[in-house]
Amino acid sequence: MTAKLKQDEPDTRNILDTMKQGVIGKPIPRVEGLAKVTGTATYAAEYKIDGCLEGVMIQAPFAKGTVTAIDTDALLAMPGVVAVIEDPRQTARAAQGTANEAPVQEPMTVTYYGQPVALVVAETFEDARNAAAQAKLTYDIEQVGSFDPQDVEAEVQEDSATRQGDLAHAVKTAAHAIDTTIHTEGHASAAMEPHGSIAEWDGRNLTVYASLQMLNYNITELADSLDLEEDRVRLVSRYVGGGFGSKLGVSEDVVAASLAAMQLNRPVRVVMTRQQVFQTVMRRSESAQRFRFAADSEGTLSGFGHEARVSNLPQESFAEPVLQSSDFLYKGENRLLELEVARIHRMTAGSVRAPGEAIGMPALEIAMDMLAEKAGVDPVELRIRNIPDKHPANGKPFSSHKLEEALRQGAEAFGWDGANRAPRQTRDGEWWIGTGMASAARVHNVSKAQVRVVLAADGTARVETDMTDIGTGTYTILAQVVGEMLGLETDKVLVSLGDTAFPRGSGSGGSWGAASVGSAAFVACNAVRDALCEKAGINTDDAEFKDGRLNGGKTFSDILDGTEIDRTGEYEPGDISEDYVASGFGAFFAEVRVNRFTGETRVTRMLGAFGFGRVLNEKTARSQCLGGITWSIGAALTEALLFDPKDGHVVNQDLAEYHVPVCRDVPDCEVIMVDERDPAASPIQAKGIGELGMCGGAGAIANAIYNACGARVLTLPMTPDRVIAAMPD
Amino acid sequence: MTITVNDKQYDLPDDPRVSLLDFLRRDIGLTGTKKGCDHGQCGACTVLVGGMRINSCLTLAVMHDGDSVQTIEGIGTETDPSPLQRAFLEHDGYQCGYCTPGQICSATALLDEIANNWPSDASDDLEAAIDLTDEEIRERMSGNLCRCGAYVNIVAAIKAAAKEMAA
Ligand code: FES
Ligand code: FES
Repeated sequence: MTAKLKQDEPDTRNILDTMKQGVIGKPIPRVEGLAKVTGTATYAAEYKIDGCLEGVMIQAPFAKGTVTAIDTDALLAMPGVVAVIEDPRQTARAAQGTANEAPVQEPMTVTYYGQPVALVVAETFEDARNAAAQAKLTYDIEQVGSFDPQDVEAEVQEDSATRQGDLAHAVKTAAHAIDTTIHTEGHASAAMEPHGSIAEWDGRNLTVYASLQMLNYNITELADSLDLEEDRVRLVSRYVGGGFGSKLGVSEDVVAASLAAMQLNRPVRVVMTRQQVFQTVMRRSESAQRFRFAADSEGTLSGFGHEARVSNLPQESFAEPVLQSSDFLYKGENRLLELEVARIHRMTAGSVRAPGEAIGMPALEIAMDMLAEKAGVDPVELRIRNIPDKHPANGKPFSSHKLEEALRQGAEAFGWDGANRAPRQTRDGEWWIGTGMASAARVHNVSKAQVRVVLAADGTARVETDMTDIGTGTYTILAQVVGEMLGLETDKVLVSLGDTAFPRGSGSGGSWGAASVGSAAFVACNAVRDALCEKAGINTDDAEFKDGRLNGGKTFSDILDGTEIDRTGEYEPGDISEDYVASGFGAFFAEVRVNRFTGETRVTRMLGAFGFGRVLNEKTARSQCLGGITWSIGAALTEALLFDPKDGHVVNQDLAEYHVPVCRDVPDCEVIMVDERDPAASPIQAKGIGELGMCGGAGAIANAIYNACGARVLTLPMTPDRVIAAMPD
Repeated sequence: MTITVNDKQYDLPDDPRVSLLDFLRRDIGLTGTKKGCDHGQCGACTVLVGGMRINSCLTLAVMHDGDSVQTIEGIGTETDPSPLQRAFLEHDGYQCGYCTPGQICSATALLDEIANNWPSDASDDLEAAIDLTDEEIRERMSGNLCRCGAYVNIVAAIKAAAKEMAA
C-alpha cells in the first residue's frame, strides 16, 4: 500500500519533535560504520563473481574527429584477450545529473580528448590493460579553433537571467561602486573510489553493480543507452566511495560493462583508471565572473550585477549555475544577472559538489569584501545590512532565513573583530596573519521519493529504497527518522539502500537526499502508525510509540500477532517549491598565515556556522559541514584543472598533479549548527547540508589573505605565484 | 613462492605484473584494501608489510616471497574491532568509507613510528622523543587522501585511540 503526500503548505506541526523515542538528531555513530572501518563494506567493483572478465576502455588520443578503424585483429591476437567491444550504443560521455535518458553515444565520433571509443575484454586485468595500451586506432582529426572559453562565442542562458531597473546608472551615481572580474579554474570531483562496474547478463535480465549516486535516474539512462526495457535492468550501489556529482549520471564504464556482458554472455568488470576518471567523467567549468555593485554611503546595495561565463561541450544542457544564490542573497533593486556558456571541446562539464555556488559564492564574497572596505563598513555588518526581507526580484517570501543568526553566532564564536580591517596588522616572522569572512548560501531542493517501511512481526522495522548513501549518512538518518516515528532504537531498524529492486528514492545529489527520502520515510511511518493503532483499536493521536511499545503497554509484536505492516511512503514537493525561496544559509570565518616571500598560504583556523533546518544526526551533519570546509580550502588554495591549449586534454589528470587538500592542509575547524526548523522545506523541516559547507568558504580565505598581507587575489585558486603577484611591496 | 596475509599463507601469482594490491583484492578476495589511484598518490591501498606501512599498488606481489602482510581485515573484525577502528566509528573519522581502511592501516603504523621516535617534518627535534601532537598526526597522515574531508575527525580519532591504548 502506498501513502502519498504532496506538500503544498508549510508543515509547522514539527511532528518529529513531538515523538518520544529521542533518537532524531542524536549524534549516533553511522549504522554501517563497523563494515566501513573493518573493510567488509562492499563497493561496486568488489563483488565476488565467478568467471568475471575484465574490461579496459580504449580512448581517443585527440579532441575532435572520427575514429575510422580499430585494429581488432592485432588486439585479439594478444594474450588473454577475449573480445573488443565496438558498439554504437556505447556512451561517449557520462550522463548529466537527473538526465533520465542516454547521454551522447556513437563513440567513434569524438568530441573531446580521451573520449572512450571501445572496450578491450580479457581474462585478466593485466592482459586487458596491456592490450588497451597498445590499441592502434585510425582516425581523421578535425581542427579545433580554440580550446579557450574566452576565445569563442557564448550563448546567454535566458531562463536564468534577471534584468531589472538600470544597473549601469545605479553604479554611475552610487556613493560606493564596485566593478571587478574574478576568475576561477575548473575542479574535479576526485571521489576516492574510481568509477567501476560489474555487469551480469542472464540472456534476458541485466544486473549491474555500479558506483552511482542516483539509481532512480541511472536505471532509465542505462536502459535507454542499451535499448532495453527498464524492468529488465537492475542496478546495485550499496556502498559508494564518494560521488560529489561525478556519479550523478550513468558513466561510461557502466554501459561498457553491460554491452560486453550482453555480447559475451559472461560477467564483465570495468573499472576506470584514475586518469580515465579525470578525463571522461565531469569537470566543474572554469568561470569568469563580473560583479557590479552600487551602494549608498552606508553600504546598502541599490544595484547588484553578476555576469558570468562558463563553458561546456556542444550538446550539453548543463551550465555551471554560478548565479544561483546571487539571485536572492543580497538587496539591490537594479539587478542584472546573466550567465553565458561558451562551447568548447574540453571534456564534459557537469556537477561537482555544489554546482554553481561552490565558485559563485566565493567570488561574490570577495567582491562584497571589496565593497566593505570601500564603504568602511564591518564586512559582517555589510552582509546583515543587505539581507533582503523577500526575494529582491520576484518578491517571493523566504521559507526560513538564518543568515543573520549564522553571521552573528559565527562572529562571536570566532572572536571576529570588524572594527579595524586594514591589511597588514599582524606579522610573525616571515608570515603575515589575517582574518576574513564570507556568507554561505546554497539553494534547497526536494524531489519526489518513495521509501518502503515494514514493521515486522517481531516488532523491528525494515526500510527499503533505491536511494544511495555516498558517505552522506543516509543509512543512519533513515534509521533515526523511522526509529523516532515508530518508537524504536536505531538498532531495531534495518535500512537497505542502493538497489533498484526497492522503491524509487530521490538519489543523492543537490543536497536533496536526506530531506526527500527522510520525508518519504516519514509519510510511510505515519501510515504504519495508523495501521498499528487500528489493530490496537486506538486513535493514532492518542498513541505514544516508544521502545517498541504502544502507550507503554503492549509490544508491537504482541499487537501484530504474527502479521506485519508494510507501507510505502511517497513524498512529493507541491506548491511549496513554487511559493517560497528556500535556502541553507551560513557564515565562514577564516584565519590564515601568508608567507611574505613565497606567497604560500596556510589556513590556521576556520569556522562555519550553518542553518539548514532540522539536524537529523548531529555527528554526520557536522561531518558534512567539515567536508565542505575542507573542499573550501582546496578551492581556495590548490584545486585547478589545467588544459592543454593545443588539444584540450586535461594536463593534471591524477591525484599527484590535481591537488586536493591533505590532512596537514586542514586545521582544527569549528562547526556551529544554527537551530532551525524550516516548515516549507520539507515535512521533517530539514534542508540539505551536503554542499552548503563549501558555498563561500574559499571567499573567506581570500578575504583573510587580503587582510593578512594586502594581496587582493582575483583568480582562484590562490596559488603562491598569484599571491606574490598581487602582494603590494 | 608464498606470502602470508593476516597469518594465512597463500601462493604468489604466476603473472609478475600483478601488483600486491590486485593480488589482495582480486586473487585472495581481501577487498578491504582499496584502489584509489594505482599510482601511489592516495594511500587507499595502504597495508602493513612486516609491520611497516606501504602503498600496495606500488609493489608487485612477486616481490613479497616470504613476507608477512597485514591488511584491514587482519587489524580487527566487526565483532572484535581494534581501538583505532572503534575510535574512527565514534569520531566519525570517515564518510563514504573508501579511504578508511588505508587511513586505519596508516594510523596503526603511525602509532608505532611515534613510539619508536621516528621524526617527521613536524618534529621540532630530530633526536628527541616524539610527542603525539596534532601536527605530527596531520603530517604523518598526509599520504592518505580523504576526499570526503574527514581529516578533522581522523585526527581526533587517532588521538583518542592512542590515549585509550596508553591507558
Ligand atoms: S591506490 Fe595505492 S596509493 Fe592510491
Ligand atoms: S571517507 Fe570518503 S574519501 Fe575518506
